[in-house]
Amino acid sequence: MQAITQDKSSQDRTKPVLALDGVTKIFPGVRALSEVSLNLFPGQVMALVGENGAGKSTVVKVLTGIYQPNKGDILLNGKPIHFSTPQSAANAGITAIHQETVLFDELSVAENIFLGHAPRSNFGLIDWPEMERRSIEILAGIGADIDPNVKLRELGIANKHLVAISRALSIDASVVIMDEPTAALSHKEIEELYELVNKLRSQGKAILFISHKFDEIFHIADRYTVFRDGQFISDGLIEDIDRANLVKMMVGRDISQIFPSRDSQLGDEILSVENYTHATEFADISFSLRKGEILGFYGLVGAGRSELMQALFGITKLISGIIRIDGDEVVIGSPADAVSNGIVYVPEDRGKQGAITDLPIFQNITLPSLDRTSKNGFIRLAEEFKLARKYTKRIDLRAASLDTNVENLSGGNQQKIVIAKWLATQPKVIIMDEPTKGIDIGSKAAVHEFMAELADQGLAVIMVSSEIPEILGMSNRVIVMREGRIVSELTDNELKPETLVQYAAGINEKG
Amino acid sequence: MNSSLKHWFNMQQELTRKAKYMLKRLVTSREALLMLIILVLIGLVAIRFPRFITLSNLAGVFNDTSPLILLAIGQMIVILTKCIDLSVAANLALTGMVVAMINVAAPGVPVVVIIIVAVGLGAVMGAFNGLLVWKLDIPPIVVTLGTMTIFRGIVFLISNGKWVNSHEMTQAFKAFPRYELFGLPMMSWTAIIAVIIFFIVMTRTTLGRSFYAVGGNPHAATYAGINVGRSQFWAFTISGALAGLTGYLWVSRYAVAYVNVAGGFELDVVAACVIGGISIAGGIGSVGGALLGALFLGVIKNALPVINVSPFWQLAISGSAIIIAVALNARSNRNHGRIILKSAENTQ
Amino acid sequence: MKTSERIIPDRLQSPIQRYLKSWETLLLAVAVAIFMANSFASPYFLNAWNLSDATFNFTEKAMIAFAMALLIISGEIDLSVASMIALASTAMGAAVQAGFGTPVLILVGLGTGVICGAFNGILVTRMGLPSIVVTIGTMSLFRGISYIVLGDQAYRGYPSDFTFFGQGYIWWVISFEFVLFLIIAIIYGVILHKTNFGRAIFAIGNNPTGALFSGIRVQRVKFILFLLTGFMSGIAAICLTSRLGSTRPSIAFGWELEIITMVVLGGVNILGGSGSIPGVVIAAFVMGLVTFGLGLLNVPGIVMSIVIGTLLIGVIAMPRIWKMVRSN
Repeated sequence: MQAITQDKSSQDRTKPVLALDGVTKIFPGVRALSEVSLNLFPGQVMALVGENGAGKSTVVKVLTGIYQPNKGDILLNGKPIHFSTPQSAANAGITAIHQETVLFDELSVAENIFLGHAPRSNFGLIDWPEMERRSIEILAGIGADIDPNVKLRELGIANKHLVAISRALSIDASVVIMDEPTAALSHKEIEELYELVNKLRSQGKAILFISHKFDEIFHIADRYTVFRDGQFISDGLIEDIDRANLVKMMVGRDISQIFPSRDSQLGDEILSVENYTHATEFADISFSLRKGEILGFYGLVGAGRSELMQALFGITKLISGIIRIDGDEVVIGSPADAVSNGIVYVPEDRGKQGAITDLPIFQNITLPSLDRTSKNGFIRLAEEFKLARKYTKRIDLRAASLDTNVENLSGGNQQKIVIAKWLATQPKVIIMDEPTKGIDIGSKAAVHEFMAELADQGLAVIMVSSEIPEILGMSNRVIVMREGRIVSELTDNELKPETLVQYAAGINEKG
Repeated sequence: MNSSLKHWFNMQQELTRKAKYMLKRLVTSREALLMLIILVLIGLVAIRFPRFITLSNLAGVFNDTSPLILLAIGQMIVILTKCIDLSVAANLALTGMVVAMINVAAPGVPVVVIIIVAVGLGAVMGAFNGLLVWKLDIPPIVVTLGTMTIFRGIVFLISNGKWVNSHEMTQAFKAFPRYELFGLPMMSWTAIIAVIIFFIVMTRTTLGRSFYAVGGNPHAATYAGINVGRSQFWAFTISGALAGLTGYLWVSRYAVAYVNVAGGFELDVVAACVIGGISIAGGIGSVGGALLGALFLGVIKNALPVINVSPFWQLAISGSAIIIAVALNARSNRNHGRIILKSAENTQ
Repeated sequence: MKTSERIIPDRLQSPIQRYLKSWETLLLAVAVAIFMANSFASPYFLNAWNLSDATFNFTEKAMIAFAMALLIISGEIDLSVASMIALASTAMGAAVQAGFGTPVLILVGLGTGVICGAFNGILVTRMGLPSIVVTIGTMSLFRGISYIVLGDQAYRGYPSDFTFFGQGYIWWVISFEFVLFLIIAIIYGVILHKTNFGRAIFAIGNNPTGALFSGIRVQRVKFILFLLTGFMSGIAAICLTSRLGSTRPSIAFGWELEIITMVVLGGVNILGGSGSIPGVVIAAFVMGLVTFGLGLLNVPGIVMSIVIGTLLIGVIAMPRIWKMVRSN
């Protein structure tokens, strides 16, 4: 694979350097991409826009050689090319910052940056001092104050992300793909990233920028492409479009997200948390929660919200902190304790933490409630099916049978099962962590409606979310966290998008 | 003038800081700790029995431990890639028997050829394991449990249960491992050369680093363009090749080949790796660790008779050592949770 | 969210249909085939007493295999079971030397097994250590203690009523061990397939994080499973020692691998999450039949292990090869 020369004078900015032409990618049961097109031009930033499930991550994996298209072509400078392995994509000058950190905790920062393309000395052996030197260069270039010799696992989330960016930059690439690059970054780091994008742009590189934050898109991108449900919808110049139309194309209908209107009847205080502190994940967390209330937790990715919720649920150990349910101080040392005290948790990671996907639906639903369906420890299937039927009806589940394994269901239906499972335990407090992430819009609305219903019935709901419309539309109150601490608690007229972002990204703070 | 002086001063500070950091990491490293423990052990024995610490005795201990060192290096690579190879001892026995029988049937075959055959045969057996793991996705413990019994059974089949004894082997065959060069027998040199070669491979080659990547984060390794299954295949092949080599060394050094050669030795090999800090979860470990783990077990084995402890204590001691080593490994590899609080970064 | 009017059926296929397509059926077919092959191969095979003798080949191992199956389904493993037999047997031998009678011997045997199991359990569940290396360590430690105590000697002199366990018969050719094996199989079958505890085991084996997040006390369940393997090792030690009439530190050497082979052959996924007791029962019979049949043909033990090893790999590889060939 020949790398593309960077001769700017001969670069034709009107011809795409990398393109997808009629690309289709099929997985068992899912058509991830249907004959999509995408054109990346040198020296321009292309924003790829679309909802969750639109196919953006699949595109990235096809362009970087992780997936091979079932149909269609990848065109490099107009000529069809086949990436049989990720290495061939890298050799062709395509580099990516993936959404998930695909790095190695036990290797050093420098090695993470250069794994697979380490600088060589005589005899073809790896040249560690040169690797260190070049790492320092790259890290400094993006303003990262990181020692290249430390093991990756000693770094915080934002710094790990900077290492991922450095890795992408360590390849002499002509195409740079960035998939949600700012999710975990602070305000200052985001500014540095924008500068980096500008620098890459001026070097004539083609940049694919995936983000769901419109502010970013309109700030940084030259062009846009919209995908919906794995299909190409449209593309064009950013200057020719506005937000409303972009949303319309993304979603397919003229919709401003509607959230259920609630006449919140707030009851007594049901939960009180005092000075919850963990060794590395969060500190000095105190708040309270009332029956009938929906308390939103906002913050950047990596702010520590999920970690806090998992501690409330008894998964992780605290250094100190007190929790009270209905006024009584309780000890929550395990999820079993949490459940028996009426606190349940619908996790962000549906597949690994929320459901046991290789088990059937009815077993997932009855798992925490087996004490009630069984007799003296012996399983009574009839009772189990009865319980499962009752709650799957309540959440309007769509599935072939209650005996089907959970892995065969859509994201929205899997989420419903997790919720049903917990409702069957008749909880007092339900914590929902990114409840509508990765779910189609129809199911999103259903989940929101359901949450409002639960609150109206007297449950207390804690909702962790990174989507501003959702946080603002659903919450009675919002707590903002940053770097493991609570930075603000907002109610009523303070609940504005600008305020949320300010606190979450630490814009008004020094440093 | 002032600014360049300042610059030089800053550089010096930077260098000292770095040196201190590297020294701290070296001194507190698992390998250093293990080396210290071994030296303390030797020292303790030497207090009562000074002849234990003579150069010739220590060289004898090293020589005795060479087979374990060779196998531990191979096992380390396999364990790094999140696999395990329980068939190494059986592999050793089979290759040993095969080359012994070749030597009996064709005494004219030069030792060099014998060694090549041993390594090749061992590699083929290792590759068989590797293929089943790579292409058929069978868990390594199941594969090597099976091949362990199959290989050893084949030893019986080809030898009909009979032993190959010393007087049936040629002088050249038996002499190689004992041949002394600069005061050390060839068997020790083989181990030393293997340590050096694999140290370079594991720290300075793409293949070596890819083993660490595969075991550390197989998902990310795929993104980096590394084929996980293929790496595991090569790990098994290397382990098999080393086992084959050791097979020849064993039967020639002890001048005998029979079905139960190195019976149960595979557990000693895994023990050496665990004691040497190689994590069974994969991704963590070093050639130095494997070497020291093997030496630890070797010192104990040789020290016991000297201090008049019955050899019957050996099994319990190595068992305890494994448990303690695993506990210590787990403690230092423990994940303290995601680092979110800025105050917690770089102090963990 | 409106309560839906949609009715979702409970199941799509009946449990019988599911059983017919399963591993157990395949294995049963293999067992029957081996039985037939054996009866043709040797005239001594179809003799009630010989068949009864054959059962001794596998009953003790199978008792442990049931507990091991539960442990492996939960995602752990215990390589120290054979060494636990050795230690329990040594403890019983020591008790005999001290003059104690059979009831005390039983307590000592079971107690040693449970203590060993608890030791494993604490290391794995309390200290979070990986069970494969922990039990490689305890495997050496437990047998090592037996060697320290006994050296190359043996304990003999077990009381005569003690020999009933390993050498006694309940009725005609049916031995006590065989009856015990059946009872234990039923108990474990009920535990795994009919209780909440068994459901928890499957959940943990399939997704330990998901199980934890669903409120299951994962560590407690695993600890109990380690206790069970220890306890079963104690029972097996009583039977084996009673059958042999003596104790050497090398007793039951290599049994852990045969037990694991029995479990995996029985359809239990070594990585955890699936398996059944009926499968392990059939696998026990298969291994017993093979060993006994080959023994009748005077095949040496070590060659038998080639057959067992090949059976193990072959039986696991077949479905995968089949899948590969089909998809091409």
